[in-house]
Amino acid sequence: MIKKIGQRTLAMESAPTLIQWASVAGKREMEGPLSQEFDFVTGDTSFGEKTWEKAESAIQKKAVALALEKAGLQNSDIDYVFAGDLLNQCIASSFGLREFGIPLIGLYGACSTMAESLSLASIFAASGCADRCAAVASSHFCTAERQFRLPLEYGGQRTPTAQWTATAGGCVVVAAPGQGNGPRVRHVTIGKIVDLGVTDANNMGAAMAPAAADTIKAYLEDTGTAPTDYQLILTGDLGQVGSSILYDLLALDQIDIAPVHNDCGLLLYDRQSQDVKAGGSGCGCSAAVLCSLILGKFARGELDNILFIATGALLSTTSSAQGESVPGIAHLVHISADRDQPTGKPAARKGGK
Amino acid sequence: MQLSNMEYDKMVKKYSPGSSLFKDCVWAFVVGGAICTLGQALIGLYGYWGADKLTAATLTSVSLVFLSALLTGLSLYDKIANRAGAGTLVPITGFANAVVSPALEFKSEGMVLGLGAKLFVISGPVIVYGVSAAVIYGVIYYLMGLVA
Repeated sequence: MIKKIGQRTLAMESAPTLIQWASVAGKREMEGPLSQEFDFVTGDTSFGEKTWEKAESAIQKKAVALALEKAGLQNSDIDYVFAGDLLNQCIASSFGLREFGIPLIGLYGACSTMAESLSLASIFAASGCADRCAAVASSHFCTAERQFRLPLEYGGQRTPTAQWTATAGGCVVVAAPGQGNGPRVRHVTIGKIVDLGVTDANNMGAAMAPAAADTIKAYLEDTGTAPTDYQLILTGDLGQVGSSILYDLLALDQIDIAPVHNDCGLLLYDRQSQDVKAGGSGCGCSAAVLCSLILGKFARGELDNILFIATGALLSTTSSAQGESVPGIAHLVHISADRDQPTGKPAARKGGK
Repeated sequence: MQLSNMEYDKMVKKYSPGSSLFKDCVWAFVVGGAICTLGQALIGLYGYWGADKLTAATLTSVSLVFLSALLTGLSLYDKIANRAGAGTLVPITGFANAVVSPALEFKSEGMVLGLGAKLFVISGPVIVYGVSAAVIYGVIYYLMGLVA
C-alpha cells in the first residue's frame, strides 16, 4: 500500500525492496576514491565502442545485465525498466536496453534521473503493478560535452564552478514487498521545478540547490522528521558550490543538514587531485555512487537510514542560447534497512527471487 | 524559503569562486608569448632560408596552424589550453584548434552531415563577424578616401 502523507510525500506502508544493484564506471571514476566499490570499471572511455553514444549505451546495458546477474534473475523476471540519461531523446537508454525485451518507461529528469527512476520503480513495486522493476540511469562525459558544450579537443577553460559529468551508470532491482531481502524504500517525495534565475550553465550546483532545499524541506515537514533522524542525507550532484548554498538555503528555515549531509558529486572524485572543479555531475554520478558505495554500505550493515536526493538541471542548449535561466528539480527517496528481518540486521547482499 | 532571485544571486556569488586572474594572466602571457616567439623565430628561419618577408610570414602561419592541428589530434592542445586560456585561444593556433576539434568530434556522424556540417560550428561566428567587420571597415575607408 502507498499512502500520500502531508503535501507530497508517498509513504510505502509495505516497503519495496532493493534486492540487488550494480554500478559501472569509466577511467576517471576508476581513478577516484570509489574505485573498489564499482562492479565494473574500465580504463577504456569508449567501452570498446565506435562512438561515445554507443559507449554510454554500453554502460546502461552492462549495469542492467550485472544487476540481473547478481540477483540471479532473467530478463523476463523484470516487469518494467525505468531508465534515463542526458542525451537528446534518451538514446543511451533506448539503444542500451533494446535487446533486453523488458517493457521500458523512458525518463528524462536530467541528473535527477536515478531518484526519479527509483521512485517510480518503487511505486510500481509497492502498488502491485509489478513484482520486480529495474531503475537505471547513466551519463558519459564525452556524450554530454559534445551535446551540451564543446568538442572534447577544443582548447577551452572550465570555470571553478563547473562540474565534471561522470562516465558511469547504475541499476537497482526493486522487488515488491515481501519478495527478497535488502534495503527498503520507505518514502518518496517527487520534486517541484524550482528556478531562482541562475543563468550560468557552468554553475549547475547553484541552479539545483534551491530544488534540493525545497524537496528536503517538504519531506521533513510531511514526515515530521528532522535531519538528525537520518545517518546520511545524500544529494545527487550539487558539488561543492551547490552544497554550500544548500546549507544556507535550509538555514533560512532553521534546518541544519550539514552534520549528516554528503553529495555524490563530492564522493565520486578526489577534487584535490582530479581537476573536476566543483565536483561530479550527470545522471551517472548519483546512480553509480548509490549503486556502489551507498547500497554497499547497507549490505555491510554500515548504513541503515538515509535520504537520497538526486538533483537535476532542466536546461537544454536551446534554452540557454535563448537566455533562459536554469530550472532545477530534485526527487527524494528514503531508504532504510530491512527492519522486517528477525535479526534487525540489514539484509545480506546476495538478494534473491 | 522565500527568496527573490536577486537575494539568491547574492548567495550564489558568495559561494562561487572566481577564476584566479593573476595566475590565468601569467599563464596566458607565458604560453601566448611563447607561441608568438616561436612565430617570430619561424619568420627569421624562413627568411634565412631565402623567403621574402611576405612568404616567410605566410609560411609561419601555415606552420603554426599545422602544429596546432597536430597537437589537437594528439589530444595535447586542450590540455595546454586548460592552463593557458587566452594564451592559446588568441593566436592563430587557437583558430586552428577551433576548426580541427569539431572535425574530430563530429566525424562519427559521417563526412557530410557530421564533419562537413559541423566543421565551422565554433569558428563560423568568428568568420562571419570577422568578414563583416572587414567589409564595414573597407566601406568606411573608401568613403574617407572620397572625402579626402
